[in-house]
Order: sequence, then structure tokens, then C-alpha cells
Amino acid sequence: MLSNLLHTNTMWVMTSTMILGIAAGGIGCLAYWKKQNLMSDALSHAALPGVVVAFFIIQEKNLLLLVIGAAISALLGAFLIQWITNTSRITEDTAMGMILSVFYGGGVMLLAIANRSAGGNQSGLNSFIYGQAAAMVRSDVITMMVLASIVIFIIFIAFKEWKLFLFDASFAKGIGLSVRGMNVLYTTVLVTTIVIGIQAVGVILMAAMLIIPAVSARYWTHSFKMMIILSSVVGGISGAAGTWISSTGSGLPTGPFIVLVSATIFVLSLLFGKEKGIIIRFIQFKIQQRSSKEDYPLTAGKGGSQ
Amino acid sequence: MAAAVISVDGLSASYQKNTVLHDVNFQVREGTITAIVGPNGAGKSTLIKTMLGLHPKLTGNVRFWDDAFKTAKKKIGYVPQRGSVDWDFPTDALDVVTMGLYGKIGWFRIPSKKHKEKAMQALKKMGMEAYAHRQISQLSGGQQQRVFLARALAQDAELYFMDEPLAGVDASTEKAIMAILKELKSRGKTVLVVHHDLQTVPEYFDHVLFLNKKVYAHGETEKVFTKDNIATTYGGDMQWVGKGDQYVIQSTSH
Repeated sequence: MLSNLLHTNTMWVMTSTMILGIAAGGIGCLAYWKKQNLMSDALSHAALPGVVVAFFIIQEKNLLLLVIGAAISALLGAFLIQWITNTSRITEDTAMGMILSVFYGGGVMLLAIANRSAGGNQSGLNSFIYGQAAAMVRSDVITMMVLASIVIFIIFIAFKEWKLFLFDASFAKGIGLSVRGMNVLYTTVLVTTIVIGIQAVGVILMAAMLIIPAVSARYWTHSFKMMIILSSVVGGISGAAGTWISSTGSGLPTGPFIVLVSATIFVLSLLFGKEKGIIIRFIQFKIQQRSSKEDYPLTAGKGGSQ
Repeated sequence: MAAAVISVDGLSASYQKNTVLHDVNFQVREGTITAIVGPNGAGKSTLIKTMLGLHPKLTGNVRFWDDAFKTAKKKIGYVPQRGSVDWDFPTDALDVVTMGLYGKIGWFRIPSKKHKEKAMQALKKMGMEAYAHRQISQLSGGQQQRVFLARALAQDAELYFMDEPLAGVDASTEKAIMAILKELKSRGKTVLVVHHDLQTVPEYFDHVLFLNKKVYAHGETEKVFTKDNIATTYGGDMQWVGKGDQYVIQSTSH
């Protein structure tokens, strides 16, 4: 098992999924506080048809070009969700549900056609559904690392601006921060993270890489900065560990293992988390109960249904 | 007569099909505290938001010191309704107040110790220094309102807009907020407050603006805060219960 680690290609792939996890964990925090967790799921599903259409056009598997196709299709999905919400009585979550399934359905159909065409079944396009990090070649890894590093840089350089934008956008606008500009930047980094991640993690599970680290981090801190850092750490560990586990067997998909690792971290956070973790809350409750029994010994015995 | 800080000219605004503001005209002089009063849905918050460019205007013009909002915005402070933000956000009171200084700190720069101290002073003014490092979700409603006020104070603006700062706060917070408003006035600042409690208008505000989609009356409290103006603004079947100096309004409509 450990010999896998020494394999150069595995090292490269692990590093790239780790960096992807760090970027996804960071941007996931922004999505969490923008209350747009479902949006990231809709965007990643909407990216699939773009990948296949880009493959039809260029007839080869070049990650950068496929990623551009994915981004265009994801942005088209985002635009349609906005448009449906604004022009009809359909609410945003319903619009997301519609776009998510229609785009994904269209993507799977196009994928079937691509697989029948000459050379299509060797393209490795199927890995975009569940994720297959091992299918990445050196140039894919480099593309992914460069783009993920840019995303991480944008998140960390503008901590203060993200905080203000997410906490109180109208106040931000009042003191001269361009809320429209921040929205554009936010959508750009979110879509970039999703599309670079879909080859390694897959369109179905990409959203989990954004959501789970953020909610895990929530149980450990009351500071926005710490939450982003912790979320990035959780994302990075999950990315690397999930890739390593999937590399131990041949043909194991990467996405599900990454999600299971981060879900394990989430369960641990839920139980042991310093802030509102289940066990901490139980202990605090017991301490309170005991001290109130000492203070009011007569009333406490009758009922403690607080 | 002091110069006009705000002049609003033929302002109107709407939400989808409903016009909420119709041809609103008024001017506000420097160093005054004005209450904006009117029934629910009268467009009080919308008026403030439209003036600050947070809500699109249909027609009309708003000038601050004879400038457009864009030029004047550095001198304007805004205290939104407490319910407009998620208080579960992971941050503490001092950090929220520091946000008032972000314009001065400059974008993409980290707040220095000096800025933190300034934010702390603003918190102290609101009697909140003991809560500086408390997570904002663990503050009471009144304390959250004080934090918002402190953030506006840290901004050190010339003109303040406040949206229902006294809604749902306890008596001591109300006193603390009103003391700050008086102090702002004594320093020559101008304040506009969306207010819901008619009883306290004569005590707290030197000017009052009656709004119900349009301006019904506007001027010095002594002159325009009359039974007639209240009745026409609030409209409908209104019962007037006067107890000495107290103003109690009961509406049987709505």
C-alpha cells in the first residue's frame, strides 16, 4: 500500500487534489455564507455538457480547453437559474433543481454519443462523472495546480473584503466596495474551482468538496478567518487522503473516497467540535444543571426539562 | 438658516408592480435630527435605501451637499435594520465595528492596531467595551443594535441614516442610542432616523417627516407634529386617544 506513495505519478496527483481541496474548502466557506450551497451543486452538474461539447469541437482531451467548455456551460446554467428566478414565479431552489437535472441529463446523453464515436471511448470522458484522478496526465496536473493556486490567492488576499461582502452587502456598498464586482469575482472563483475539480472528483460529487469542509470548520471556530483556514485544511486533507485510498486499487474512482474522508472529518467535528459540538454541548448542559441544582436545590429535582 | 445637506426632488420608487414612493420632495438642513414616520408599508426604509442607491429609483434626483451620492458617500453613514444581516456570522463585536473603518483603511489592506483602537473607542461610547470579543450571535438584540451604531460612529460621517435603530431594544439601549444622537447633533452632524414610536417623537427629534408613499408633512416637530398630520398620514379609520401629553394611535383598519 505504502509503495503507492512513492510512485511519482501518484505523488503528483495527490498534490494536485490537495491543492484543489484547499481551494474548494476556502471557496466553500464563501458559498456557505452566501447561502448558496445548492448553487455549487447546480453549477457542477451544469458543467458536464460543456466538457463533452468542447471535446467534440477539439477532438482531443486537453484539460484546459475542456475546462473552458465546462466553465461556459456552468455559467450558462447560472445565468438560466437567475433568469428563471427573475422572470417567473418559480423560486430559486426550484430553478436550480430544474437546471441541474436538465444540464446533467443532456451531458450524459452527449457523453454516450461521444463514447460511440471513433476514439471517444478512449477519451476518459467518463471520469468526469465520478472523478478519476489517476487518469490525469502531467499537463492536467499542472493546469489544475496553477488555477487552484490563483483561486487560493484571491480568497486569501481579500479576507476583509469577503467578510464585509458576505456579512453586510448593503453596508459594503455604502462605504464604496463594489458589490457587483465582488459578485462577479465570487462567481468566477466558484466556477473556476468547480470546473478544475470535476475531472478529479466528478460533477456529481464536486459540490461535496465545497460544502462539507465548510460545515466541518463551523464546529471549531467563531472567526471568519479561522473558518476559511480550517475549511481549507479539511479540504486539503480530504483531497490527498481520498486520492491515496483510491490509488490503492485499480480503477477506483477518486470522488467518492474524497467525499467519504471529508464526511468522516465532519462527523468527528459534529461530535467533538469546540463550538456547539454535540459532546461539548452535553457537557456544558450537565455543568449548568449541576450548578443550578446547587443554587436552587429545592426546585431543581422536580423537572429539568430545559 | 443652515445649508441644505440633503435635497430630494421628485423621487419615486417601486417594488415590481407596486409604487412605494411617489414624487417625494424634501430638504434637510445641517445639524438636525429628523424622524421619518408613517404606517407599515409606507416606504420609510425604501426611501432611505433609494436615497443611498441601494434600491433603484424610477424618477427624481437626490443631492447631498449639492453633489451626487457617489461623490458624497464618504461622508455618509448608514445603520441598516438589525434584521438585515445574519448574526450567526463568525465574527466578534470589535470586528463588526472595524468594518466601519474599511473605507479609510483602504481595500486589500489589513487593519492596523490604530484602527482597532479607534473601533474600540466607538464601542466604548456605546457602553459595549466589555463585549468587544464576544461572538455576535451571543449578543442580545439591544447589544447588536449598539454594535451597529458603534460601527457607524467609527465611520466618522457627517450625515447618518438609521433604519429603525430603536425597534425592539430595551430602555437602557434606547437611552444610550438617543444620547449618542444628541451628541452627534451637538457636533453639527445631521441624522435621519426611521422611527415607529410616535410617542417619543417630540422628545427625541427636532424635525419630523410624515411619509406614506408621498410626503404628507415635513418640518420642525413643534409645528408639524399635529393630530391632523398624524391622522392624514396614517389614514383609514383612526381612533385618537389622547392622554395628556401622550400620543396613542389606534388604527382599526389594516
